[in-house]
Amino acid sequence: MPDKNNKNLINSIRSFSKKYAIGVPFILLIVSTALFFFLQDAELKAETIQRLTNSNFRTWLPVLLLTMGQALVLIGGGLDLSNGSIVSVGNVILALHVTTADEPWHNLAIVALVIGFGIAAGFLNGVLTVFLGLQPVIVTFATSFIYAGLALLLLPSPGGAIPREYTNVYRNTQYLGIPISMIILIIFLLIWEFFRYRKYGRFLYAVGGNPRAAYTTGVPVTWMKVSTYILSGFLASLGAITYSLLTGSGFSGSGADMTLPSITGAIIGGISFSGGSGSILGAIFGGIVLGNIRRIISIIRIDSWAVTLVNALVILLSLAAPGFINLLRRKK
Amino acid sequence: MNGSEVTNNNINKIKKSIKISPPLIAMLIAVALFLLSGLLPAGYSNLQGAIRQGLNILRLASFIAIIGAGQTLVIISGGEGIDLSAAPIVTLGALLTYMIINGQNTLIIPVLLMVIAIGAVIGLLNGLGITYLKISPFVMTLVMAGVVQGALILWTKGYYDGKVAPIMTQLIARDLVWGIPGMIFIWIVVGVIMTLLLERTRYGKQLFAIGVNRTAARLSGVKVNRMVIITYVLAGAMAAFSGFLLVGYTQNAGPNLGNQYLFPSIIAVAIGGTQMSGGKGSYIGTIAGAIVIQLISSLLTTMQLPQALQQIIYGSLLVVILIIYGREKGLRS
Repeated sequence: MPDKNNKNLINSIRSFSKKYAIGVPFILLIVSTALFFFLQDAELKAETIQRLTNSNFRTWLPVLLLTMGQALVLIGGGLDLSNGSIVSVGNVILALHVTTADEPWHNLAIVALVIGFGIAAGFLNGVLTVFLGLQPVIVTFATSFIYAGLALLLLPSPGGAIPREYTNVYRNTQYLGIPISMIILIIFLLIWEFFRYRKYGRFLYAVGGNPRAAYTTGVPVTWMKVSTYILSGFLASLGAITYSLLTGSGFSGSGADMTLPSITGAIIGGISFSGGSGSILGAIFGGIVLGNIRRIISIIRIDSWAVTLVNALVILLSLAAPGFINLLRRKK
Repeated sequence: MNGSEVTNNNINKIKKSIKISPPLIAMLIAVALFLLSGLLPAGYSNLQGAIRQGLNILRLASFIAIIGAGQTLVIISGGEGIDLSAAPIVTLGALLTYMIINGQNTLIIPVLLMVIAIGAVIGLLNGLGITYLKISPFVMTLVMAGVVQGALILWTKGYYDGKVAPIMTQLIARDLVWGIPGMIFIWIVVGVIMTLLLERTRYGKQLFAIGVNRTAARLSGVKVNRMVIITYVLAGAMAAFSGFLLVGYTQNAGPNLGNQYLFPSIIAVAIGGTQMSGGKGSYIGTIAGAIVIQLISSLLTTMQLPQALQQIIYGSLLVVILIIYGREKGLRS
């Protein structure tokens, strides 16, 4: 009997991993998280784990939101190189215009403005790539220049501030020991899982997998693709909001370093660059793995000149892992 | 991003007869921009000034175009091909040249060979990862860029000391004959070699074949994996060679020297009419595209606009130029 139970367990894990396409990313997530906690100097009490989880997730949430958006665009067969610049614009608007906590309606309007900008910018990307048929690699790079220029125009030198009342809520709130950043992430994942096996999700994978077949079977391919860019812009604006709450200040280059990690994270998480496969959960795992790698490297205190190299090599290894496994399997 | 193309021969033929070739459009845009730059207050005022300005822009464009040479090959090879590791390879080539040559003429040839070999090895790693580990080119070369940049940082530890050899300065930076800088002659040689490589060799024919349709190419006897690897090796070697040339011009090298050339070089390829999905393109186009890109940024610099506005206009102009003719066929056609 125990043998059979074991088999059932393995089978259910297998089907879970198959359903969400997260075999390797899941293993990487477990290994990197375990390593991260194992390498801590401090004794591992529940309190320490809570504190570390909070500090990790509140730092990662902006990039993880971008990774989600990027993953959606990638599944639909596109690429968004401008999401980081959208974060910069949002961050700058928030830092300049959010006043004290006494004026909640004014501040809410500013937040709405930032989200509106994200959606509009995503819509522009979508129109240029899908309706005009331009190559996403070049066009979203060109629009990233426009958005980054806009951010620089609005705020030439770092400055502005977000009231402490707001930043404290984001930085320190916990429910049942789970930090608010993690709760936000889980909510978004649940919303996505709701749509994944309904019309929108099925259409999206069809569009990314084989646009021509999807088109001939009546899927609104153009609108599906545009919607992914809009979602990416929307999630980038949320990234801007959480980033501003995290740092409490404005900087016109704040999102510049988020674009490429959002792609790498999604790919490590099993999203295919050519579209139509992978899962959002996997992409989030990939993003967390990237964050863990950086944290672990800073914990083990290697020579600071070697940090960039080690970081890149570890990322390369995690990307190469599925390929190596396939190669070995084929040899057999 | 999608490789599947159902061609409708008749429509294509009609379109072909109407269409002016992209390199020609790019050249026309370049001439128009150049004439426009003469109208600016800070522009040239007489013929001599115009020639001097023109040569200067050509010289600056030459670096974009030579870095774009490898990029052209990689993009034509299809399979979403792109080489993002070109930037740190250019920097690596420049720094190796700068720090090892250290002003000695005798070391030029061995260092040049070494630089090209190192670039080729990095390209080989890219090619192996893309073909055998099936990592998409964008991600593979992006991560490779991180590795090379990291290796650079570890190697130099933030300390850059060296000197370019006098002969290099003479050949690359100074005027060679009739007031034309040597760099332009090197560019012409590269251009001729690239065009011959693409149009007249077996490699070129097979490159276009794998760019159009890899399965068809494999079935007609092309060794696709080997072709892809060779292409990335060539791209790596060319990027390193560009770094060698670049440091001969700038006379100075820093840790981010190559970064500013990467995306201009990719955009130059796109403006030159090379299809980003592969299988179609020319080096002449990349040359024209590089001149357009350089003209735009020179124009923005002479107008002395603030950095932010320059970025916005640069991005918008790129979008406009791409809209003019960079479009792919829609699903309905």
